[in-house]
Amino acid sequence: MNALPCTIYVSFVGALLALAAGSRSAGAARLVALLTALTAWGITLAAALDFVPAAGLRDLVNMPWVPEFGIRYHLAVDGISLTLLVLTGLAATAGVLFSWNIKERTGEFFGLYLALIGGVYGVFMSADAFVLFVFYEIAIVPKYFLIANWGSTNREYGAMKLVLYSFAGSALVLAGLLWAYAAGRATGFGFPELVAATGRLDLLQQTGIFALVFLGFATLAGMFPLHTWAPTGHVAAPTAASMLLAGVVMKLGAYGCLRVALPLSPDAFHLLQPYIAWLAVIGIIYAGFVALVQEDFKFVIGYSSVSHMGFVLLGLAAANATAISGAVFQMFSHGVIASLLFAVVGRMVYERTHTRQLADLRAMPLHRMLPFPAVVFVLAGMASMGLPGFSGFPAELTILIGAWQTNPVWALGAAAGVLVAAAFTLRAIQVSFFGRTGPDICTTPLETLPAVTWPEKAGALLLLGATIYLGLSPDTLLDWIRPALQSPYFHAILTGGAS
Amino acid sequence: MNSWPLLSLIIFTPWVGALLVFVLRRRVSAGVGRVLPILLSLSTLVLGGLALGRFDPAVTGLQLVEKHAWITALNVHYHLGLDGLSLVLVLLTGIVSPLALFGTTRSVRCPAIHGALFLLLQGSALGVFLALDFFPWFVFWELSLIPAFFLIKLWGGPGAARAAYQFVIYTIGGSAFMLLGFAALYATAGTFDFVELAALARDGTLATRLAAHGAFWPQAVFLGVLLGLAVKVPLFPFHAWLPSAYAEAPTGTSMFLTGVMSKMGVYGFLRILWPLFPAPLHAAAGPLLWLALGGVVLAAFAAMKQTDLKRMVAYSSVNHLSYCLLALFAVAASGPAHPDATAAALSGTILQLFNHGLSAAALFYCIGILESRAGGARSLDNFGGVRTAAPVFAGLCGIAMFSSLGLPGLNGFVGEFLIFRGVFGLAPWAAAVATLGLLATALFLLTFWQRVFHGPAAGAGVNFRDLDTGEILTLAPFIVLMFVLGVYPQLLAGLINPLVTSWAATLP
Repeated sequence: MNALPCTIYVSFVGALLALAAGSRSAGAARLVALLTALTAWGITLAAALDFVPAAGLRDLVNMPWVPEFGIRYHLAVDGISLTLLVLTGLAATAGVLFSWNIKERTGEFFGLYLALIGGVYGVFMSADAFVLFVFYEIAIVPKYFLIANWGSTNREYGAMKLVLYSFAGSALVLAGLLWAYAAGRATGFGFPELVAATGRLDLLQQTGIFALVFLGFATLAGMFPLHTWAPTGHVAAPTAASMLLAGVVMKLGAYGCLRVALPLSPDAFHLLQPYIAWLAVIGIIYAGFVALVQEDFKFVIGYSSVSHMGFVLLGLAAANATAISGAVFQMFSHGVIASLLFAVVGRMVYERTHTRQLADLRAMPLHRMLPFPAVVFVLAGMASMGLPGFSGFPAELTILIGAWQTNPVWALGAAAGVLVAAAFTLRAIQVSFFGRTGPDICTTPLETLPAVTWPEKAGALLLLGATIYLGLSPDTLLDWIRPALQSPYFHAILTGGAS
Repeated sequence: MNSWPLLSLIIFTPWVGALLVFVLRRRVSAGVGRVLPILLSLSTLVLGGLALGRFDPAVTGLQLVEKHAWITALNVHYHLGLDGLSLVLVLLTGIVSPLALFGTTRSVRCPAIHGALFLLLQGSALGVFLALDFFPWFVFWELSLIPAFFLIKLWGGPGAARAAYQFVIYTIGGSAFMLLGFAALYATAGTFDFVELAALARDGTLATRLAAHGAFWPQAVFLGVLLGLAVKVPLFPFHAWLPSAYAEAPTGTSMFLTGVMSKMGVYGFLRILWPLFPAPLHAAAGPLLWLALGGVVLAAFAAMKQTDLKRMVAYSSVNHLSYCLLALFAVAASGPAHPDATAAALSGTILQLFNHGLSAAALFYCIGILESRAGGARSLDNFGGVRTAAPVFAGLCGIAMFSSLGLPGLNGFVGEFLIFRGVFGLAPWAAAVATLGLLATALFLLTFWQRVFHGPAAGAGVNFRDLDTGEILTLAPFIVLMFVLGVYPQLLAGLINPLVTSWAATLP
């Protein structure tokens, strides 16, 4: 448990080592990256094993950093952070496996990649807004270089857009927090102090602060209509970076909404709650329809991410224990599924066929050329559709139950979103891998494309195993998440509904 | 032996078998790849027979129950159980599935993968008939779509891609709202268990609690669940996906879709919708009765207009299943006043499920034979005089047709007779209108018979090859059962009579 902060340090040290090893050989850099990711993930899993679910954060480190402003280096975890830490480890490990074929400047690639991971670990453990901020910025910068240097379609544009949105989002958050800190005469940047400081202000100021902080984080989470950075960024990014973007980085925003924005001012939140919920519902359906008509395979997955993140935001907006636990579960579930989808599309298909246009893929008997990715994509697609037996189902079901308790009409909108998700996912399966089927359907595979390598198989099985395991045993995560929501810290934002 | 989880074995043997067949597909010879799925598929009949032996028809509650805690956070239990209704459908699955595989295995491409998908489908259907908690039930309900999708898409006809997509989207469209309905039920009752929910529904607490958000919502939840089931049956006008799905599917899959999968929806009406929403169903029964009548009459007339034989039998499927819903809605509409008519209508419904499964699967198989002999053509105009060239085929196919038509002495008669007997007692006008459907059915089946089997040999009817041993062996069990159940319906009715009587007695 107390070893958790080491995930950050291990990742940063690993980044330096990978950079150094890269100057000798690409293989060494890969190995360093894999070992680093595995070590950090192992630490989170070990912590998960002896984790005792409880209400409230458990301190890991808490020491003064900039005493003049009351800033402390304060790391702490509860069941919610732990869920996301385990996700980060999993997605990071899978990402390394799917980047095994990076040949250009391998050391730098993995250096930046591991730095990004370290920042993400840091954000999920921060118990002080300033620390959270520092780690967050550490995560953004490598993201830019990863996309701009190793990306594909329109990479400069995509990278720039993504970074501008990220910085704009974090600027809003910063402005809101500083407002609360200054106007409310806070003694420090710990979350409870900021909450107390905001509470000392009138409702108008509270609403202003809440709106800034929430919008900032929601931008990072890809909330409609501030989502446009996400699909372009995903498409431009190299595979591992899209996996991390959709798998983990979008969760930073959602996590920030839950950990920082909502508790900051429960009154302001309840005032704006219906608007947030409606934006979430519109986002689910709108992004789903947009995904339905995309011609670029990666854009389909990119918009599907926006649609699925809409479920997270709806769960947060419904603001009862059931809905929020569903939202956190969906963060994990979507992290795994989106990573897998991007891995199939970006690594397994695109790097072999060199096209992502569905019109081109439709003309190939891709299920025969790439049978393993075809099966993986069908299973991942089923998970993404929210079919039971995969992790997306308990997540969406829990969100639907919670949303219903707060407002049945929201739940109705989300149910319509489930249908749209089925439509675009099925279309993607149908057109991409099974576009050309004929009487030759299952004669021997066509070996015209490079064979699928072992790291790809390992990564795919890892992620598939996770989504199926959680689909059959959602208790594993819900048992961590639900007690965490009993904390007095969240008490004021939970409205109605059975606990 | 008694401690064996028999119901779990029934469900999971096909699933484990599917995995086995898939893994072994390159390691075993082609012959084994064909035979293995058939044997695994047969397991349902064997295990279903064991369940039959341990089943006590006099007990009206659920038997052979397995219940284990599964997801504590959502109060989900792995809960299986069996009553007469489930047992009849498990046996039907056990009969139709292996025959569908056996009858088509020689002509099917890539039998191992086909067999694996088929076994997945079979296990899902069995799960639907046996699960008593919404969560596992929905797992089976939804997962049945994926193998069906690929069976239609990859092994189907030229329009299969579109048909498969339509089929899945329609069904998921329905089940998304059913899912929402159950989310609402869970939010109010804190359980997904069908038995517990039914108990809450009986004393009215469920409806009262659902109304907490407004008086409109109990009806809305009912409609959501109704929609999910109505698409599956399908209830008119939610049937648009069916003709092309049945027509484009390969023969074996068509047999399963019509023989087993269409029963999932009616089963849901009986197991879920009726017990959970007695009052809303009673309130909505009037309009629903009209929809069922629409299915009975319009589908029969639509079938008359078809020249594609598969589409014709597909529409006739809609017609036949609408009788089941007609009976159920008539019962729901009229309340407890006529226990005899109610019991007749309900027994008729269950018998009709089984009988239609036999006759429709047999008919689809016959059409599959016509189609394969004619090089893929299956229009009324492609054949003529088949009887002269293939007397055995004509005889067996004729028996299947007359069974479907409801000729006394064959199985189809009993179910339809009981349904009409019941509905005449409960809603005489509806029964009167429904006879139009009977008439139209007679017309199109006789047209089929005359155009294809009679007259001078024409088209593919010239030198039509008669059935070979494998084909006779596939059809024989169907035909034998048609006679046996036609003459001695007690075999089946005995399993469900006490259950149906108790349903009729406890009607709200």
